[in-house]
Amino acid sequence: MLLSAVTIATDIEVAQTIGFGIIAAMMIAGALNVVISKNVVHAALSLVMVMAGASAQYLLLAAEFVAVTQVLVYIGAVMVLFLFGVMLTRAKLGRDTDLNNEKGWMLALPIALLLLGVMSFVLIKGFDDTRISGSGEGKIGGAANVLLSDRIFSTYALPFWALSFVLLAAVIGGIVLARKD
Amino acid sequence: MLINEFLLLGAVLFCIGVYGVIARKNAVLVLMSIELILNSVNINLLAFDRLNGGNDGAVFALYIIAVAAAEVGVGLAMVLLIFRNRKTISLDDLSEMKG
Repeated sequence: MLLSAVTIATDIEVAQTIGFGIIAAMMIAGALNVVISKNVVHAALSLVMVMAGASAQYLLLAAEFVAVTQVLVYIGAVMVLFLFGVMLTRAKLGRDTDLNNEKGWMLALPIALLLLGVMSFVLIKGFDDTRISGSGEGKIGGAANVLLSDRIFSTYALPFWALSFVLLAAVIGGIVLARKD
Repeated sequence: MLINEFLLLGAVLFCIGVYGVIARKNAVLVLMSIELILNSVNINLLAFDRLNGGNDGAVFALYIIAVAAAEVGVGLAMVLLIFRNRKTISLDDLSEMKG
């Protein structure tokens, strides 16, 4: 009896679940602020919070390389781009009433709630009690990153090439579009 | 941990992103909502990666991050161009392509 209680307790992984809950609440609050905030800069900073929370979730999922990449690319580069975009396109920093479509929420809220209902129904029905196996041991550390890089440069080398062309095209396109003359 | 915790978090973030894409008028804020959607997809990919073992999901997540960076770069360049020509980035004012 006691033994089974102990196995259940280790099965639930209390610490991870509490950490997950705190980070998830932070992310959802930040995401809501991104879509309802009246201030563009506040929306951008809330997006930073969501990105950082996502990075922490990747760590919980034992994907530390992706977590670090998320911090570097999203919080480091993409957010700077967004803030520059805000500064270059808006004379007005601070509260702004002209950010939303008129009555836009009347269309958006039902669609979002319907999507959420359908998706959570399917997920709960489909993955009822499926657990993520183990504590991720053997997936963390140098060996896992070696496997990941092997994967990228062997099995998925062709998409990697395609991706480098996409990035090249994006760089050239960005320069051509944003040039002054 | 249950895999559903992560999948439901991804679903919630996805729906908030969809709400933002529909309800927002400012082009930069629409791009931010798209970033929310891409992040929720990444959380899902990594959760399934962890469920199945192997690391295919992590590879896809990395590629999605790279594509999202390219998308934001080109998207914001287009927004800048529109702002320079129109003095506005309100998506409602860009209706020339309506039939």
